[in-house]
Amino acid sequence: MSTATLEPRVHAPRNYLNADYGWKSWLFTLDHKRIALLYLVSITFFFIIGGSFAVLMRIQLVDPQGAIVQPETYNKLFTLHGVVMIFFFLIPSIPAVLGNFLVPLMVGARDLAFPKLNLLSWYIYIVGGLFTLYSAIAGGVDTGWTFYTPYSSTYSNTQVTAVAIGVFITGFSSILTGLNFIVTIHKMRAPGLTWFRMPLFLWATYATSIIMVLGTPVLAITIFLLALEHLFHVGIFSPALGGDPLLFQHLFWFYSHPAVYIMILPAMGVVSEIIACFARKRIFGYKIVAFSSVAIAVLGFLVWGHHMFVTGQSVYAGIIFSLLSFLVAIPSAIKVFNWTATLYKGSISFDAPMLYAMGFIGLFTMGGLTGLFLASLATDVHLNGTYFVVAHFHYIMVGGAVMGYLGGIHFWWPKISGRKYPNGWAALAAAIIFIGFNLTFFPQFVLGYLGMPRRYAFYPAEFQVLNVMSSAGATVLGVGYLIPLIYLFWSMRYGPIAEPNPWGATGLEWKTPSPPPTENFTEIPVVTEEAYAYAEEEAGHE
Amino acid sequence: MQGFPFQPEQASTVARSVDELYLFLTALTVFFSTVIFATIFYFMIKYRRRSPGERPKAIEGSLPLEILWTAIPTLIVAVIFVWSSSLYVRNAEPPKGAMEIFVTGKQWMWKVQHPEGQREINELHVPLGRPVKLTMTSEDVIHDFFVPAFRVKKDVLPGRYTSMWFQPTQLGTFHLFCAQYCGAFHAGMIGSVIVMEPDEYERWLAGSVQGESPEAAGEKLFLQQGCGTCHLADGTGPGPSLLGVYGNQVKLTTGDSVLADDGYMRESLLAPRAKIVAGYIPIMPSFQGQLTEEQIGNLIAYLRVLGKLQPPKPKEEGKK
Amino acid sequence: MSDAPAHLEAEHTGLAHQFEDLEQQQESDFLGIWLFLVTEIMFFGGLFAAYAIYRWLYFAAFEGGSHILDIRLGAANTVVLLGSSLTMALSVRSAQTGNRRALVYFLIATMILGGVFLGVKAYEYNQKFVEHIVPGLDWAPEGEVLAHLAPGGLQHAQLYFFFYFAMTGLHAIHMVIGMGLLLWLVIRGRKGAFTPHYFAPVEVVGLYWHFVDIVWIFLFPLLYLIGGRY
Repeated sequence: MSTATLEPRVHAPRNYLNADYGWKSWLFTLDHKRIALLYLVSITFFFIIGGSFAVLMRIQLVDPQGAIVQPETYNKLFTLHGVVMIFFFLIPSIPAVLGNFLVPLMVGARDLAFPKLNLLSWYIYIVGGLFTLYSAIAGGVDTGWTFYTPYSSTYSNTQVTAVAIGVFITGFSSILTGLNFIVTIHKMRAPGLTWFRMPLFLWATYATSIIMVLGTPVLAITIFLLALEHLFHVGIFSPALGGDPLLFQHLFWFYSHPAVYIMILPAMGVVSEIIACFARKRIFGYKIVAFSSVAIAVLGFLVWGHHMFVTGQSVYAGIIFSLLSFLVAIPSAIKVFNWTATLYKGSISFDAPMLYAMGFIGLFTMGGLTGLFLASLATDVHLNGTYFVVAHFHYIMVGGAVMGYLGGIHFWWPKISGRKYPNGWAALAAAIIFIGFNLTFFPQFVLGYLGMPRRYAFYPAEFQVLNVMSSAGATVLGVGYLIPLIYLFWSMRYGPIAEPNPWGATGLEWKTPSPPPTENFTEIPVVTEEAYAYAEEEAGHE
Repeated sequence: MQGFPFQPEQASTVARSVDELYLFLTALTVFFSTVIFATIFYFMIKYRRRSPGERPKAIEGSLPLEILWTAIPTLIVAVIFVWSSSLYVRNAEPPKGAMEIFVTGKQWMWKVQHPEGQREINELHVPLGRPVKLTMTSEDVIHDFFVPAFRVKKDVLPGRYTSMWFQPTQLGTFHLFCAQYCGAFHAGMIGSVIVMEPDEYERWLAGSVQGESPEAAGEKLFLQQGCGTCHLADGTGPGPSLLGVYGNQVKLTTGDSVLADDGYMRESLLAPRAKIVAGYIPIMPSFQGQLTEEQIGNLIAYLRVLGKLQPPKPKEEGKK
Repeated sequence: MSDAPAHLEAEHTGLAHQFEDLEQQQESDFLGIWLFLVTEIMFFGGLFAAYAIYRWLYFAAFEGGSHILDIRLGAANTVVLLGSSLTMALSVRSAQTGNRRALVYFLIATMILGGVFLGVKAYEYNQKFVEHIVPGLDWAPEGEVLAHLAPGGLQHAQLYFFFYFAMTGLHAIHMVIGMGLLLWLVIRGRKGAFTPHYFAPVEVVGLYWHFVDIVWIFLFPLLYLIGGRY
């Protein structure tokens, strides 16, 4: 970028950020990019809330007697940690922030298909969040994020109804978001952007949206029935009337297992984008990676029973669910192999987003492989309900999904904010998070194998050493998460101005200024090449 | 493997086989993680960007490679699946002649009743080397009976029975945990399983407070609750005779048959109108809320005794 | 539309800025509503699955509960709803042909039929309170009602009525939302917002209305016609 072009720009060119000012221009915006930022702010808020619950939990577990709070309080801490992190941070994280921002840009459209619906989704999310916050303030809830009946429906006298309503409402936010993405990807692709020219992030978002649209309604009706039962003391999940408490688990996991893929699939999409860009290579086996996303989404609906191996379900059901769970492992493994192969003969740079992406692959690989222990019936009998499960799903959902989310934020931050952040700090944060994460959660695999059950407010003294190790790791992890918060915030004002394509990446979102104008493109682009055409392309800088 | 530092004790017959699978999976995890990490590191160093304008050649992908790395994980998970499932199936059914102990979970304690009538709370004494089958139910919410040293675990549900079994191979005291979150003092719902020499176990049985055997208690209840006034032994009463019923098929008014097992007996006590025996009318009252879980267990124990007796001659069809 | 001034036509085409043309917008609207109906199917599907399990487990209780419902009211409501689907279809047709008067009349007719349905439903709900068969709020069946319910077990009968209220209640909420949407269409339709080129909102609401209708077509036999009493 020459100084000649900079000089006349005393004021930055009009873009979506400076198009309008004042709180109304944000709260009533229909611009997908602004809505993405509304989500970014709100999920960051919930991440901090959920994270502080986690900090308190790790402090509590330093002492086998329980260091700071009563068991009842501890139970509320882990419940709210789970509810907030899953429903209000992880599920909306990549789809609602990066998806909202990027889907229209990547398909070359001016906005999502239904901008009003998109804004409505955010409001629905906020209302659901307010119910959850209200329940936390009004005494909390102690059922665990899984709300197992009959404890939640009959025995718990905490704020079950308020949280159930909060989760129920938020569900509609994700249904509407998913619906919006599917329609946009189907109907609004720019001329020439065929399905197999789409960036893999769009494929992943598409697969995620399918799960949101098909799975979330089942959670909604389940939670609705649970709330009715808790309110009126009569219902279908309590054995008092001949109801079946396990039916709740079936319905709950029918959504909540696929929900894990809502969290991890978009992260996989982000990682595909990052690796292609920083290795300057087309993703190895593009079509197979694309189809594996869809395969994971479909198979994900058939494996819920692996959460119930020890509930007394029939041996045959156990065997079938075990087989299907193993099948899900295969497309995930294929993705990891293809990402690795993409690096082969590439031109690899070590910018911060790439470090996050590599961190993702490492932690996701570990999380995925330890999933085999839990899909396998004989070992699951021992490991089910222990810290092994806690460690496993944190490797997937925090190691995987959060690493992917942070990678994506770092990758597209210049596009979102129009500013660049200090790469050195970002690389340092990536390293600290990776190390802190492993220090926190690796000991929990061992704890689980030794037999320590999860959701214990106090525990036999022999588990103390490993618990202290985990808590110590958590402080490192916590610091790691704080650093990006600081420098990203800092960069919004003091960071160097970003050019339209700072990484030399392909993809339509890089062909428009940073930050993009409200209408995204002055002229709707025409796509003439495959995704990730790094080899042929001229240098991406202006 | 006993010296392996990160391993719980192996104190039951299934523990070793579960650990073998666990170690195999661990080795697999270590192997694949190492291969993938090493490859990534190697590529990242070998192919690091040397000049900003570098444009590597495009590689589309490779079908043989894709097939290869689809086939390898498929084969591996197939092996794990067959291994773990066969182990699971083998461990699913208790061996014949297992000693039967009745367990009730309750917020936040474990209540245990031995076949000879001994009761204990948060402790389970068992003899070394004998298979033990636990029949379990809950009085309130879902609990989970977990003995890490035995590598066994099963949910304990309200309103139905689940069962599990183990055969201890080592003397000592082992943790018993509740592994399904059950409320405020979930973490306190722990106890111990104490494995004793068989003769020592006999002495413990004799020395501990003598209670009634479940069958005897059940027989008393059967009389007290007036069950016998309708369920006459010769089958002439308004209710069917209960001789030779437990463990056999029962014909219902709907034309179906059910196996008269613990679950059916329990349902017939609590919701008697759900499945009516063919030839009878639904007049039995529900005992929901009138019997504790232990009492239900005792009654069923007595019904098991009756089930071994010869049933009366079938009565004529159509009797009102 | 030929007599409409050109500048008015441009303003009132209803083309949103994110779309290239009306065709793309219409296709998106239709795909959107179909997807939404899929989510609705999954929503009711969870409830129907639970119903199926308990009906299989406690058939006698469900049969007894079903026999207390007034089949004449259920059948009448079925006819009313089917009629409303007809008028809804005619509204869409009127919008397509640009007949503004007919559009508004048919929409209002649909609303009236919907209102009749909800009125009958309200009467039935009230009946349940009179008979004390509202689980959780007023459960004390007596007399003839008790005689119907007793053979299947009163506890399991509560489950039946729990399903009755949950299923018809959710259906009724969908009806109320549908009535609100119809009202919105009437207001917009009177102003002439819909043209033969732009009638997607009418069609979208119509699809929603038909879906709610179909749900009732399943609810009626599942709740009223169990056990072959006729």
